[in-house]
Amino acid sequence: MAKKRVVTTTINGEQTEFLCQPRQTLLEALRDVLNLTGTKEGCSNGNCGACTILMDGRPVDSCLVLAVESEGAELETIEGVAPAEGLDPIQTAFLENAALQCGICTPGFIMAAKALLESNPHPTEQEIRFYLAGNLCRCTGYDKIIRAVQDAAKSREEVTV
Amino acid sequence: MPTVFIPPSLRKLTGNQERIEVAALSVRDAIAELEDRYPGVGPRLCADGAIKPGLSVAVDGNISSLGLLQKLKPDSELHFLPAIGGG
Amino acid sequence: MATVEKEQQAVSTNGHYKVIGTRPIRHDGVDKVTGRARYGADTRLTGMLPAAMLRSPHAHANIKSIDTSKAEALPGVRAVVTSADLPDATDRVANLGEGTVNLKHLSDNVLAGDKVLYRGHAIAAVAADNIHIAQEAVKLIQVEYELLPPVLTALEAMKPDAPLLHDDLRTDDLGEIADTPSNVATHIRFEKGDVEAGFAAAEVVVEREFHTATVHQGYIEPHNATALWNADGHITIWMSTQGTCTAPQQTAELLDLPVSRVKVVPMEIGGGFGGKISVYLPPVAAILSKKTGRPVQLVMSRTDVFEATGPTPGSAIRIKMGVDGQGRITAAEAWLAYEAGAYPGSPVGAGAMCVFACYDVPNGKVDGYDIVVNKPRTNAYRAPGATNAAFAVETVVDEICEKLKLDPIEFRINNGAKKGTRRIDGPVYPRIGMEETMAAIRDCEHNRTPLEGKHRGRGVATGFWFNIGLKSTAQATVNPDGTVALIEGSTDIGGTRASIAMQLAETLGIAAEDVVPTVVDTDSIGYTDVTGGSRVTFATGWAAYLAAKDIQGQMIERAAKIWDCDVTAVDYKDGGVVGPDGKRFSFKEIAAEAHKIGEPVIGRGSADPQEPGGAFGTHLVDVEVDMDTGKVTILRYTAAQDVGTAIHPAYVEGQIQGGAVQGIGWALNEEYFYDDQGTMRNSTYLDYRMPTTYDLPMIDTIIVEVPNPGHPYGVRGVGEVPIVPPPAALANAIYQATGVRMHELPMSPPRLLHEILKQRASNGDQ
Repeated sequence: MAKKRVVTTTINGEQTEFLCQPRQTLLEALRDVLNLTGTKEGCSNGNCGACTILMDGRPVDSCLVLAVESEGAELETIEGVAPAEGLDPIQTAFLENAALQCGICTPGFIMAAKALLESNPHPTEQEIRFYLAGNLCRCTGYDKIIRAVQDAAKSREEVTV
Repeated sequence: MPTVFIPPSLRKLTGNQERIEVAALSVRDAIAELEDRYPGVGPRLCADGAIKPGLSVAVDGNISSLGLLQKLKPDSELHFLPAIGGG
Repeated sequence: MATVEKEQQAVSTNGHYKVIGTRPIRHDGVDKVTGRARYGADTRLTGMLPAAMLRSPHAHANIKSIDTSKAEALPGVRAVVTSADLPDATDRVANLGEGTVNLKHLSDNVLAGDKVLYRGHAIAAVAADNIHIAQEAVKLIQVEYELLPPVLTALEAMKPDAPLLHDDLRTDDLGEIADTPSNVATHIRFEKGDVEAGFAAAEVVVEREFHTATVHQGYIEPHNATALWNADGHITIWMSTQGTCTAPQQTAELLDLPVSRVKVVPMEIGGGFGGKISVYLPPVAAILSKKTGRPVQLVMSRTDVFEATGPTPGSAIRIKMGVDGQGRITAAEAWLAYEAGAYPGSPVGAGAMCVFACYDVPNGKVDGYDIVVNKPRTNAYRAPGATNAAFAVETVVDEICEKLKLDPIEFRINNGAKKGTRRIDGPVYPRIGMEETMAAIRDCEHNRTPLEGKHRGRGVATGFWFNIGLKSTAQATVNPDGTVALIEGSTDIGGTRASIAMQLAETLGIAAEDVVPTVVDTDSIGYTDVTGGSRVTFATGWAAYLAAKDIQGQMIERAAKIWDCDVTAVDYKDGGVVGPDGKRFSFKEIAAEAHKIGEPVIGRGSADPQEPGGAFGTHLVDVEVDMDTGKVTILRYTAAQDVGTAIHPAYVEGQIQGGAVQGIGWALNEEYFYDDQGTMRNSTYLDYRMPTTYDLPMIDTIIVEVPNPGHPYGVRGVGEVPIVPPPAALANAIYQATGVRMHELPMSPPRLLHEILKQRASNGDQ
């Protein structure tokens, strides 16, 4: 077995060093090494989006990234989304719109939605649908998720005004 | 008197009767009377002192969780139906 | 948009209630949007070992031998388990919660004995220091197979010369057992009236055959189990399950232990839809734990989930229906063959009871067959059995309406089941809302807006599901600050902590936020049946209602003591106790007083309600078909459903929307592709194509409320019926758009294009 490597990253704003095997995915490292279990595994081959995190601001399926590839990267996971007190407007919008049922896909959707709203603060419904098409939800039929993202866009706007 | 609706698969045993009135106060009594009058019906519906696995008894339209102990009203209807689950 | 908004609900029955019908934030919401909620695979225990499973690469084979020695010798491997480690399961049928389970079959499905019956069938498992070692070790296990020919569809398996899956399986016709072995496990028949005379009286008779593919529940969270077999003989299992209390029952039976020795700690569950009731992993993880003395965790891969869990049956269905000149159904016949998968137990019984359940059919006959094939053992999936049947019958109804030039909505209202209608399987309906859902669709803005444009069409279909009752327990502790801690045994898949807490809050006259619901382990609450069958809000809600009534009674006694009056002089109303001379304590006040004097106030409720109240849903859809590719685009979708009483309307809408979209996936894309060796060729989410955000419009919902007379708040189950109408509604819309009648699911682009091209060729314009 290959020797473990030390990886230095920034996770949710804090510089973090961890040990991992070269064959471990970033998803495994987050969940099994760092105990950041908010990032979920749905398929481990990049098709469901449950493990979506932000890597240098871009949404990635963390199951498709090797942990060693995150050397020097800035990572953001669901655990880093809420401010110290309260919630991020996207999280609030998901709650107010009942945009989750079982909740297993929710962290991935929130991360993807965050990336969307940061790159496109005023998306149309079709732009939201296009951007989130890599995240599967089997419970909601997406209706309330789309509305939550629309609501979040509005409340982010109010915050910045 | 309560009426038992005989499942098509058992009508060979009941002389093709589809509905049979029974002087019974419970599902247990009803099946006992059927077995008395049409030997062979009872074991097709019950085993080990209970409604057979995979089968359920509906009294007046509702699946009874009491099974053989379910009380009957004078105008009750009994149906033997496949047990169903749900998703 | 047709979604019923809060203001409109003022005119619904919910106008009677203070809490019911409102939309509070769900109690477990913050945990689920911050990543703090712990699902089964998030379980982390000191010393925990991961484990991996060996699964059959063949669909049908005898196992000649299994050699685990090389795997055991691999450094880092801690234990290996095969079926030899499971107690000998007797061929006993046990009633384990929801439905019956043949223990020998269940045991063989957990770890194959001498035969594998489908690709992905579990054979052995390895616990090791890390998952990669476990996976390597699995590859070192040597299994010698004797290959057998697989049989993959119901119709093939019914043939007399078909390969047999089970040498000892004989067709059971309500206790009459056939003489020779067969793949047909069960035959069911229902009859009503005189079918021949009924067809003779018909003006139009339509008879068609339909085929539906095997599909999966598709929950995003894979199955998991973490087990600790303690040295004192007690086993604890942390898992995601719909059946907190049925999982330990099944596990105990498989391990031949008393049920009290197995405790299940229900973790959050990432979707189930019926697929997380049966036990797969817990007995295996438990034995590995026993062998290693450490907790062991098993988590399935996505391919394992597709190949070895779920799915719902593929089916072949024939429908014949006759209608007279006045547009009345005179007779109907159905023949249903459902694939059970490797072991008997398809939901063909429910399919046979549902097939004509939306209609008043004076003369009818239904035959159902449960057939084993070399596919994974099927499991419940949202209104199990009903969707296949509805696709067939609702398409035939549409064709009859076309032939007789009848409006399909009016036809369904005129022939629809109502209170007093006798179903073909016998029972008579109580008050139901089939007509009301049809009328809601007839009158909705969507239906009143004409659909224009080329290759566009509108379709309607309706569906029925029974819902179930079964047992539930709830316990509520009153805190001195006037809040209530509610514990319950129903795992929360879609917001039921809220819907149960709201019924408790309504009964006590307090705010939903003043109830703190918790789902607890099996040592901490009374028996509670599965989170399934659309039963939790109905039955566990009822238990919560009873717990609240219990609290009311205790508060009345306490107030009588304080006021020094007879209990009969005290009443509980408007959120508090009222006594003689206008004396009154609000709930908060009496909670504080009660804490000062006398014993703590704890309410208990246990329920076994028998009248779940059937559910009907009617869906309307507009589509556009790309005639060059066969791709169907959904332009607009509206679903109306009788929900009895909507406790939390947002989550009711969510159930309707989610169910409708699963039905849309079933209709348009989803299917298991098998090669002729019985290998599923699309066992990833990339190739098993579930609907994404980009495939759909908003799903509009119309909540119809015809209260269920069998529940204190009129609740009917909500979760299952919305999956039933979509395939037929879409088939009928596709016909309007293209002139092509589809008789096979899924109506995927290649299949639809094939039919479009066939039609063009026969029209001579090719």
